[in-house]
Amino acid sequence: MSINFTLIIQMLVFLVVVLITMKYIWPVILGAMEEREKQIADGLAASDEAEIALKKAQAEAEEILNEARTDAGEVREGANKMATKIKDQAKADAIAEKERQMAAAVAEIEQEANRAKEDLRKQVSTLALAGAEKLLNKEVDSKVHADLLDDLVKEI
Amino acid sequence: MSAGGIGGYIEHHLKNNTLELVEGSTFWTVNIDSVIYTLITAVVFLGFFGYVAKNVKSGVPSKAQNFIELIINFVNEQVNDLFHYKSKVVAPLALSIFVWVFLMNFMDMIPVDLLPWVGSQAGIHQMRVVPSTDLNITFGMSFAVILLVMYYNFTKKGPTGYFKEYFGHPFEASNPVAKIGLALPNMLLNTVETIAKPVSLGLRLFGNLYAGELIFMLIAVFTLGYGLEQLMSFGGIVMMIAQFLLGLMWALFHILIITLQAFIFMMLSVVYLAQSHDTGH
Repeated sequence: MSINFTLIIQMLVFLVVVLITMKYIWPVILGAMEEREKQIADGLAASDEAEIALKKAQAEAEEILNEARTDAGEVREGANKMATKIKDQAKADAIAEKERQMAAAVAEIEQEANRAKEDLRKQVSTLALAGAEKLLNKEVDSKVHADLLDDLVKEI
Repeated sequence: MSAGGIGGYIEHHLKNNTLELVEGSTFWTVNIDSVIYTLITAVVFLGFFGYVAKNVKSGVPSKAQNFIELIINFVNEQVNDLFHYKSKVVAPLALSIFVWVFLMNFMDMIPVDLLPWVGSQAGIHQMRVVPSTDLNITFGMSFAVILLVMYYNFTKKGPTGYFKEYFGHPFEASNPVAKIGLALPNMLLNTVETIAKPVSLGLRLFGNLYAGELIFMLIAVFTLGYGLEQLMSFGGIVMMIAQFLLGLMWALFHILIITLQAFIFMMLSVVYLAQSHDTGH
């Protein structure tokens, strides 16, 4: 139970143990722990950043979508306007065409009527000539009476 | 088993296996069993921690690494609470004290007669298993700590700073006459403190573990020298049950003590080292 040389040995062993712990154990493990701590902190920061970026991207997407929507509206409106314009134009064209055709028809009808009148007149003169021949029993020299007949035709 | 009855049994268990380096000298002897068991526990500590440190990962830790990180984290927190200076020595020192002293104390949890019996089968008839019940071992560590404290006292405060503190503290005065008058009592108090620190540090651990070991021996004595016939008698069975229950209770309680003593040794060492760094006086 007395103090002896064991004490000195234990002091030396103790110093060696502490030195080994100091050199090869403590810094290594604590370093790994601190590195992990840093990794976790970095990871959390990165996830925060990513969240912010995501929100930004979502807002951007929303903006682009809105823009596209307004663009599409504008395009539709323009198309509608154009369609109305084309329709109006077509209507106006059709009306003009109709009037033109109607005018042409009226002119033709008039022409036809005039021609019929002329024919009629000619037939009347022929009839009158024939009537006169029967009446006089002789041939009327159409050449001689041409002036007369023309006058008659004009009168009818 | 032992020739001298109960007294002889206990005496036998409290004696170290010694080797005299110088014939007839009490100082130049070595308690071989204490040295061997401290070395075994040191190898267990350094081997396990060193193995984990070698395979350390900053990613997902293994179970062993997790366990060791738990201990290191615990020690680191305690040290950071008490020791507010930069030092590469103090925290590793605290860790080695805590784990190593715990392992030495843990030898107490092994049944008192098991390892000596194994030794006697191998021809070694004298063996003490628990190193921290050897005053040389506990004093060896506490003196080493105090040497370190003295070293820091000199290097951190400077010889004059330490000298001033030694003579001008704890009684402080502002006028020179009173200073001179208080120098002697200050010196006496500081001397007592300087001696008391390592002695109390070593004795506390030794006392607790020695007493614990002694109680295990007293429990072991219950059926000492009983033959099989005696054990199977009514009295023998009663003694066996009592021995078992008492041993169990003391072992459970002792788990607390061995951890607490290792912790106290670590904390006080850190406190003393923090005082040696403290230049505020």
